[in-house]
Amino acid sequence: MIKVEGLVKRFSGVAVLDGIDLAIKQGEIIVVIGPSGTGKSTLLRCLNFLEHPDAGRLVIGELDVDVTRASRADILEARRRTAFVFQNYALFANKTSLENIAEGLIVVNRWPRQKAHARAREILERIGLADKADAYPAALSGGQQQRVGIGRAMAAQAEVILFDEPTSSLDPEWVEEVLGLMKQLAQERQTMLVVTHEMSFARDVADRVIFMEGGRIVEQGPPDQLFSAPRDPRTRDFLRKVLATQVAVDSSR
Amino acid sequence: MRPLDFDYMLGLVPILLRYLPLTLQMAAVGMALALVLACALAVIRVLRIPLLNAASLLFISFFRGTPLLVQLFLFYYGLPQLLAFLTQINGITATIMGLTMHFSAYMAESIRAAIVGVDRSQTEAALSIGMTNGQLMRRIVLPQATRVAVPTLMNYFIDMIKATSLAFTLGVTELMGATQKEAAGSFLYFEAFITVAVFYWVIVELLAWFQRRLERRLNEAYRR
Repeated sequence: MIKVEGLVKRFSGVAVLDGIDLAIKQGEIIVVIGPSGTGKSTLLRCLNFLEHPDAGRLVIGELDVDVTRASRADILEARRRTAFVFQNYALFANKTSLENIAEGLIVVNRWPRQKAHARAREILERIGLADKADAYPAALSGGQQQRVGIGRAMAAQAEVILFDEPTSSLDPEWVEEVLGLMKQLAQERQTMLVVTHEMSFARDVADRVIFMEGGRIVEQGPPDQLFSAPRDPRTRDFLRKVLATQVAVDSSR
Repeated sequence: MRPLDFDYMLGLVPILLRYLPLTLQMAAVGMALALVLACALAVIRVLRIPLLNAASLLFISFFRGTPLLVQLFLFYYGLPQLLAFLTQINGITATIMGLTMHFSAYMAESIRAAIVGVDRSQTEAALSIGMTNGQLMRRIVLPQATRVAVPTLMNYFIDMIKATSLAFTLGVTELMGATQKEAAGSFLYFEAFITVAVFYWVIVELLAWFQRRLERRLNEAYRR
């Protein structure tokens, strides 16, 4: 259970997040869409304090903090209760796939090495990269790197996995394998908050789609409703533009 | 041209070998201390710790901006006149001090660049899984910075080994000082100095070999 109330984030005076309220149930899959620069990524980054929010309340499982008073311990706690998948994968370049996945278990959760590696191997199996356990990131394709990135997030056993445009840096040929893995996680009812421009993923997988613009949530609802009968003109406008280009891309794939 | 006196050169080898340990010792101690000091300076610069940052900049500026020989003379001949407790300072200590400060100024900058050069997104990734700043430095940033810094640091080490020869100007009988004395006794200057040149050359080549092996190991993760 995750709850955000009145979340505000300003960058040099400009409110990038302008009072976000959001509740996420366990096992819920939420996709956030919207034009670029409207604070989607910032919202994700505020949930684990990669950006420090300026106001608001944050509840993640047992953690319940007023963000302006968050202590160092609260911040670590928030980070341990969430997991993050980065647009550019952000794998540890000095560690193998196996070590990338096991790192948090060893360092943060203080698991013995052997146990952590056994768990990492299970995860590699699930993400279809068992044969790449000892490969370093530099030797992996973009798609493989992002799957390891997701594997690293899975290992954290967080309350929620935050996906920040996980396929945006990928060559088109690798997008499907990453989306496939995310669908697999969704079927296992892993709680997910996904920022993406992949509208077909939103339509097929999300329980709820959120449309953001100007640092606010403009409209939200189940994908059927939001995509076929958007209420707000801004949503309609955005969808018209995006779907037009995306249909072209999809049919050329 | 007169022929070279090879017998003299061969005879010189065991004599010089006796002074080799002192040369290596000064270089090793100097390098160890310089590394510690350079890391401290680099971290101060990276974190921009208020007053210390300005002090580091001044330190680096002075020790990079003046000749090593001048610094050695300052430490050995100059400072004891101002600070009475330094009158007991011997040439070896003064040399190590000078090497440490001089080279740490250079090394601090290359260590700082190596730390800053580690991809920022990996820092975020480490923080996102709940690592503390210390864990992040130890597990992710420093291992990668090391790889970047090693080639330049090894270069400074090589430079430092050769720079120990300046100790003879402070009256220390190390490799160079011993050669100087031998040459002055035999008048075979060419033979003496070419022999000691080969000594330094061999040491540096051994180090370069070690450096290549080390780099190969550190680069393992980055081969495609």
